[in-house]
Amino acid sequence: MARELWKGNEAIAEAAIRGGVEAFFGYPITPQTELLEYMAARLPELGRTFLQAESEVAAINMVYGAACGGVRAMTSSASPGISLMQEGLSYIAGSEVPIVLIDVMRGGPGLGNIQPSQGDYFQMTRSAGHGDYHPIVLAPATIQEAIDLMYEAFPLAEKYRTIVILAADGSLGQMMEPAEMPPARPLLTEAERPSWAVRGARGREKRIITSLFLKEEELEALNLRLQAKLKHIAETEQHWEEVATADAEYLLVAFGTVGRTCKTVVREARQQGIKVGLYRPITLWPFPGPRLRKLAEQVRGILVAEMNAGQMLEDVHLATLGRCPVRFYGRMGGVMILPDEILGALHDLIADQPADPAARRREP
Amino acid sequence: MSTIPIPTVEEIIAQGNLVYKRPDALADTWTHYCPGCTHGIIHRLIAEAIDELGLRERTILVAPVGCSVLMYHYFNVDAVEAAHGRAPAMATGLKRTQPDKIVFTYQGDGDLASIGAAEILHAANRGEKFTVFFINNAVYGMTSGQMAPTTLPGMVTTSSPTGRDVALHGYPMRMAEIIAGLPGACYVVRRSVHDARAIRQAKKAVLTAFKTQLAGLGLSMIEFLSSCPTNWHMLPPDALAWIRDTMIPYFPLGDFKVADGVEQV
Ligand SMILES: Cc1ncc(C[n+]2csc(CCOP(=O)(O)OP(=O)(O)O)c2C)c(N)n1
Repeated sequence: MARELWKGNEAIAEAAIRGGVEAFFGYPITPQTELLEYMAARLPELGRTFLQAESEVAAINMVYGAACGGVRAMTSSASPGISLMQEGLSYIAGSEVPIVLIDVMRGGPGLGNIQPSQGDYFQMTRSAGHGDYHPIVLAPATIQEAIDLMYEAFPLAEKYRTIVILAADGSLGQMMEPAEMPPARPLLTEAERPSWAVRGARGREKRIITSLFLKEEELEALNLRLQAKLKHIAETEQHWEEVATADAEYLLVAFGTVGRTCKTVVREARQQGIKVGLYRPITLWPFPGPRLRKLAEQVRGILVAEMNAGQMLEDVHLATLGRCPVRFYGRMGGVMILPDEILGALHDLIADQPADPAARRREP
Repeated sequence: MSTIPIPTVEEIIAQGNLVYKRPDALADTWTHYCPGCTHGIIHRLIAEAIDELGLRERTILVAPVGCSVLMYHYFNVDAVEAAHGRAPAMATGLKRTQPDKIVFTYQGDGDLASIGAAEILHAANRGEKFTVFFINNAVYGMTSGQMAPTTLPGMVTTSSPTGRDVALHGYPMRMAEIIAGLPGACYVVRRSVHDARAIRQAKKAVLTAFKTQLAGLGLSMIEFLSSCPTNWHMLPPDALAWIRDTMIPYFPLGDFKVADGVEQV
């Protein structure tokens, strides 16, 4: 299929449609709204379900209801709306129903603003609701990558019976760039519906989908099973991109659109003779820590850049555990980070390192 | 002297004499409801209607948070468990994507009229084609008797220890009347189960509600006045009398909306 000019939000919607989404329930919020509008126009044409909900609280519970039937259902929102969905996400996680959610992040806290942000890293990766669980969180840096990740989001969610969140930011949602769409995947047939789906107990035992387990041993058993599943996901689903890391003495770590900005920084820094590479996590949960730990042993310092106050930074610290100095550069409030700012922070990091790498290791 | 043989229970049933049995839609199990609570009667009416209309294998029940949270164990139908108040949103997702199924929610007054007020109003306004059984027992039963949006003026509860003060908490909400005002709601009635006559009338309404859904019309809802002897601190017969003498005057029984087309079902 040919490359075409796509707007981010619309591209994600079209990729979801080609990926086989059957039902979309959502509520308008900038900078995500075009995604909902695209679904509103396209899904009814295709004979699929679109409904504008009365709130994000309702939207996520409509998705939950539809998905309980083994139907491919999704919603999309931006940060304040994701906050409202936390309750529903927790129930969905507790009953292991696969769903897909898009967060086109904007500035917070509170009503914040409608500019791009990465301030939802914690609320997405740390559980997105009460209780012990993690959704799979995917962070595209380009519209093409957003399309590709969205296209695979339903099979991924179904494989593990889990929530998959596509973590975009306002700039990715709003910008346009050329991208190629995958071919449409056929919709699920009745025979392909999962064995746990609630579709009427015709000629079989009834099925119950619940997150209620009143006996403490039962709830603990559920949690142990969830934890084992999460451990398996953590081991098998780590994805990242590396740029110029082979000989890198310094490493930039950034996700999403900031990761993309960092590619420019790597190019410019290398022209200045600085051996810098980029590590761009594509899965935010599971965080691709083991490879980063290896790189931390190789480089003299890491600079983490995010459009927040340093959220992924915590995962970088946990992954690298003091193996090399870790610095942070962040902007908030919807301010986008320019390559020069990161380059400046990189120069500061380099200036602070002792000339002799052995000296660094002797530091307490 | 000849002895008259005493037939066994099985023999009586074999003769086709069985006039009353557990509906297929009800599970063969005990329930956790308190003695004298009328959830059990309402469950039975719903199950009988499901049987009579032959709907068991295509029904999906959306259970609430409240005393009836475990009701999916008591019905022989597919079921999901919603978050507190969100049953109408889940039912919307289910019914919109499986329009050939019979979907119903079953919700208490805290669930439907308080925390889930937005969800039920908008489901009704959109004319969602599912059925709502709304259990008004004037208190939050499960959490042990706090004030609900339906608690009567002056009524003492654990969170209104000196009686519901309407200046502070407002008046009890008449949900059937409110929902009947929305064009999307097609069949909205209030019934009680405090005596045999009321129960018979309630049963007819349950059948009409399901038939409204079968006909593809908009939202059908029955508000049931239901007893809570435990949290009302009454003996079961007194609780039934309290429904008759105290609740019905504030929450009158009746049909608040019977849209065109419902009469014919
Ligand atoms: C979000 C949330 N808030 C509060 C609760 C606690 N809670 C459980 S049941 C209930 C009240 C239910 O009362 P009602 O809906 O009237 O049903 P009943 O128990 O009387 O049948 C409350 C407040 C909860 N489970 N979830």
